Formats: sequence, C-alpha cells, structure tokens
Amino acid sequence: MSDHFISIEGIARRFPAPGGSATTVFENAWLSMSRGEFACIIGHSGCGKTTVLNILAGLDAPSSGAVIVDGQAIEGPSLDRAVIFQSHALLPWRTVLGNVTYAVSSKWRDWDKAKVAAHAQKFIDLVGLTGAEHKRPSELSGGMKQRVGIARALSIEPKIMLMDEPFSALDALTRGTLQDEVRRICQETGQTVFMITHDVDEAIYLADKVVLMTNGPGAVLAEIVENPLPRERARNDFHKHPLYYATRNHIIDFLVSRSRTFIKDIGDDYDPRHVPIVRPGLPEPSIAAAQKSTTRPRDHAAAS
Amino acid sequence: MKTASLTGRAAVVSLALLFSFLVAWHLATRGSDVAQRMDPEYAKLMGATATQGKSAMPGPADVGVKLWEHLRRPFYDNGPNDKGVGIQLAFSIARVFAGYLLAIAVAVPAGFLIGMSPLMSKALDPFIQVLKPISPLAWMPLALYTIKDSSLSSIFVIFICSLWPTLINTAFGVASVRQEWLNVAKTLEVGTFRRAFTIILPAAAPTILTGMRISIGIAWLVIVAAEMLVGGTGIGYFVWNEWNNLSITNVITAILVIGFVGMLLDLILARLTRLVTFPE
Repeated sequence: MSDHFISIEGIARRFPAPGGSATTVFENAWLSMSRGEFACIIGHSGCGKTTVLNILAGLDAPSSGAVIVDGQAIEGPSLDRAVIFQSHALLPWRTVLGNVTYAVSSKWRDWDKAKVAAHAQKFIDLVGLTGAEHKRPSELSGGMKQRVGIARALSIEPKIMLMDEPFSALDALTRGTLQDEVRRICQETGQTVFMITHDVDEAIYLADKVVLMTNGPGAVLAEIVENPLPRERARNDFHKHPLYYATRNHIIDFLVSRSRTFIKDIGDDYDPRHVPIVRPGLPEPSIAAAQKSTTRPRDHAAAS
Repeated sequence: MKTASLTGRAAVVSLALLFSFLVAWHLATRGSDVAQRMDPEYAKLMGATATQGKSAMPGPADVGVKLWEHLRRPFYDNGPNDKGVGIQLAFSIARVFAGYLLAIAVAVPAGFLIGMSPLMSKALDPFIQVLKPISPLAWMPLALYTIKDSSLSSIFVIFICSLWPTLINTAFGVASVRQEWLNVAKTLEVGTFRRAFTIILPAAAPTILTGMRISIGIAWLVIVAAEMLVGGTGIGYFVWNEWNNLSITNVITAILVIGFVGMLLDLILARLTRLVTFPE
C-alpha cells in the first residue's frame, strides 16, 4: 500500500537558545503522504515550514523523531528527493544546460557526456526553455530561472519534489504560468510533491491536501484540509467551484485567527498522531474520521 | 558639436598632464647658460654642471635617450656590473614568478582548508595574525643564514610576502560560498572532492584571483628592495648599482621600467580575474 509513501513520525526541532534553554520550533509532528500526492503546507513565517522541508530534504536533522520515505528512514540528503529552492539557487557560472547536466551527471555518474546532455535537454524542453540552453542564469528572467530550477529538480527523476515557496519571488503573471506548468508536469509524471507556500489560492489550485501549521515557536500541525475540488481543475474556473470559497475561507480563517488560538482552543483533545482532517463544505470538521487514520474522510462523509 | 567620448577626453587630459610635467621637468633641469669662464682643460674636469650651470638632475631628453639606448640593446652582458636592463628584469621576473607560484601553490590549498574547516580557521588564525604583519625583508637575514644562497633567499622573501593576501582571500572566498549552492551540492549527493572543484572553486575563484592580484603587486614591490639587499643581479640591484655609479639617468630609467612591468603584471591578473568572474 502506498498510503504511507512519506511518513513523518514525531519529529521535533529544537535550537539552543541563549541562557542554556532551547527554543522549540515544533514538537511531535506527524504526517503521512501517499505516492503521487501534492501537499501544500501553509503557516505564518517562523512556524517551521522551511525546517520541515529541510528535514525532508535531509539538509537538516530532526532533534527527535524520524522521517521515512518509501520504507527507508532519511539519513541526510538524497538524489531521491529533489529540492526547488525559493531563490532558484542556480550556479551562475554554468549555462542553463550546464546547471541541469550538473544534476544529471551527479545522479548517473557513469553516463557519457552525450547521454547526460540528451537527458538534460529533455527536461529543458519540458519546462519550455528550448533555445535558451546556452544562456547564463544572469541573462534569464526570474521566471525562466525558476524554470531551470524545476528542470534541474525533475531531471534527476526524484521520488519526491520539495518546493520551498518556489513562485514567491515571481510576478503574478509568471507565477500563474509556472503553476500551470508545474501542475501539468506533476500530473503527467505522477510526482509526489511537498510544497511550502504563503498563497492560499496557489495551495487550492495545486494541492490535494493543505497542511495548516500553527504559529511558532512550539508550532503544531493543526489540520489537514482535503481539497474538495476535483483533481482536474483549470485556472479559469477552479474558483467558481461551489466548494472553492468554503475551502478558501477555512484556510484564511485559520491563518488570520485560529493559527494563534488553535492550541488553546483544542486543548487536550489534540492528538498529534492523528491530525484532524477537514473537508470544507461539510457540516463539521470530520475529526472523528481522523481518529482511525485508515479511514478516509471521504468515506466518513458518505457514511453520514 | 558632438561631445567626444569619456575615454577620448580622459586621454586628452592625460596627454596634457604628461606634456606639462615634461615641460616643467625640462625647464627645471636645463642649463642656465651663465657659463663660468675657465681654462678649457679645467672645464672638462668640472663637467657641464659647473661650466653651463646645468643641473645634476637629468632632463627628460637625457632620460629619453638613455631609455632608447636600453630598449635598443636590452640583453647585452659586459660582466657582473654591466648587464642590459632586459637581463636584469628577466632575473627579477624569474624570482618573482618562482616565489609567487610557490606561494600560490601553498596559499590556495591552505586557504581552502581554512575556509572549509572552522576548526582549522580558528586554530591557524593566531599564527596568520602574527606572521602577516611582518615586513618580508625582516625575514631576509634568517633566510640568508638558513638557505645560504642570496638568490634563493630573495625567492623565499617573495614567497612569504605573496602568501598572505592569497591565503586570506582564498579562505574568505571559500568560507563565504553561498549556502544555497552548497545545499544544491548536498541534495545532489555530491562528494567533498567534487564539491570543492565544481562548486566552491568556481564560486570563490573571483575572490581568490583578487587575492592573487594583490599578491603579485606586493611581490613586485618587494623584489626591488630584496635585490637591493642581496645584490648581484636583478632590477633592484641595477637601481642600487646605478646609484653607486651616480647615474641618475639610469636610476630614473629603471624606475620607469619597474613601473611598466608592474602594470603589465597587474593587467595580466586583472584579465585572469575577469575570466573567472561570473555575473549574477
């Protein structure tokens, strides 16, 4: 069963604070994702989203707990998990092709040059950069740079793509186009994606589920919002779906007020191992369904 | 009227400044014509300074003639005290290159080590801080005593003085490689060795080359002084020898030549720096 393709099991991250104590960014976080799923994580700055992503990437280690991907515990970075950085992180001394071949030749070290270049070219074409292979990053626009970042991440054919606010530095038009492209590519390749965003619409457009995080320090995963929109959605009409506003309002309500008061409100009922799953548009947050992690909230909705 | 380009106007100003300097120099050093009357045989002994009121300082024309003489025959060799300027320069440049390349060979790897390892950085810091401000010539007696060869000693002095700027710049460049580029390497499971050559070296190259450029400048400054001390050959020795000969014309000629060679060395390193600099 691929239901626990990624399994975050009780991770915590603490930083030593001045005076010998420790600042807890988040504590005892549990989350699982299935293969091919697109999850967005939303929360205010400082709640530890990037730390979660870095732990998934292997760039940071949890202070306690573990992350299991495809049956194996994460021990450091891996070519199975590609990261798309917020700042695109291209190597400015290499061309577009050079940046992608660097990744390709890191993954398949015994490939000859021609094979590496052909493989890289395939992904440059996929993100629509054909013709710009020999440009340097400094000659590219912000959107094109991020396309190179996406091509580089995809080119190593990872099991998971980790995206840290990949579109936040782009203008609205470019962002829209790139969201469409990422959506198309991820659906075509069945990619599993974990993405950080601050943009509620972006999350609803792209994600299968949206993970809401309370404010840090001491943040917890508050809710998992199951996206009620059909998997096939289009930019021009996804906001006309009857459940769109219910979903959007739920997330915005959370960000505006509940992210601060969540821990106080829910008190002892909160079970970090079974984060409440919410499907907006239904009368009640289906917390009961989440008690048994195997029960899908959709089943619960059908039953009630 | 169209305004000439900035470069063009700057060139005009430069030429004007050079011209006025040459005129002032010429006026300040020309003879005053108030020759004292004296016996012609005695006048020969006294020289132009006494007979025509000519300054002991050579004028631009004298230096020009001398310079032309040297440039026409740069490689003559009439024994230990009379070699062409080209030969002397070749000795100096060879010493500078030997000491400089040795210094680069030590400074770049050592700088990598310091830049990549916070432990080594802290451990080596006190040594660097104490050794760096020592005037390179202060090492000379120690070098002469231990190496027992004047030429090798001056190479050692060049080595010591070109070491620090490159070492410090390399360490700084390596330590300040952007974390995001290192993270790219980490997520691609790039090993330490490949990371050093494919990420850190290109990222730090402009800073390293800047250090090397400062080093070659200092090396060229120091070689003149070192050769004045050790003697024998080299452009520094040439300057001191001509001073002992009281040939100010030759001293000024040598000063000009030293300036031009220094500029050439700097230009070469500047060109190399531009080659490895990447636009962001």
